[in-house]
Amino acid sequence: MDDLYRAIADPTRRAILDELVERDGQSLFEICGRLVMKHGISSSRQAISQHLEVLEAAGLVTVEREGRYKFHWFHGEPLEAITKRWPAGDKRRNDK
Amino acid sequence: MRISLSSVPVDDQEKALQFYTQKLGFQKMHDIPMGQHRWITVVSPEAPDGTELALEPDEHPAVRPFKSALMEDGIPFTAFEVSDVVAEHKRLEGLGVRFTQPPTEMGSVTTAVLDDTCGNLIMIMQGSME
Repeated sequence: MDDLYRAIADPTRRAILDELVERDGQSLFEICGRLVMKHGISSSRQAISQHLEVLEAAGLVTVEREGRYKFHWFHGEPLEAITKRWPAGDKRRNDK
Repeated sequence: MRISLSSVPVDDQEKALQFYTQKLGFQKMHDIPMGQHRWITVVSPEAPDGTELALEPDEHPAVRPFKSALMEDGIPFTAFEVSDVVAEHKRLEGLGVRFTQPPTEMGSVTTAVLDDTCGNLIMIMQGSME
């Protein structure tokens, strides 16, 4: 679980997830382009690559090869553990 | 000094000539036998006196690993300007051209990235970087 919290603690990594939610299955080039043009994040390609590795380790992103290309896909399932642990909504009030 | 020529390294010159003329819509300017290869250039019909694009053989051993590494990360080898990226994407997809990135608005430019089938990704863009 530590991996998950660390992954989403960083604003650049959250921006990467935002962009993948907008369009899933992006190349590293597209992710870097979106970060620089839409978020003003001009980190090096290598730095973005490292951010993607952290997201991958947390299970939030997978990298899939398709022929000669590599695309990045978003996976929201690990985030469900957060609301499972700290339920959203008015659960506590109902219990009383 | 003027930039009259640019080039793209292709894995098969004949296949490249077909793709760059029949799919992208450029016109053949030169096609001269040069030993086991050819000197092939194309120009845009919208600027026949403009920059020529040479379709050069990519046989130097360093070129193919370089091209593969760019392709893996989705990085275009070069970019061409179009007046309407969305329309051009639709037209080329209709011709069976594979895109790794559909038209995407990025600030003041809209870009898309296609596979030239000769080992390169090519960006098409609309708008200016200013």
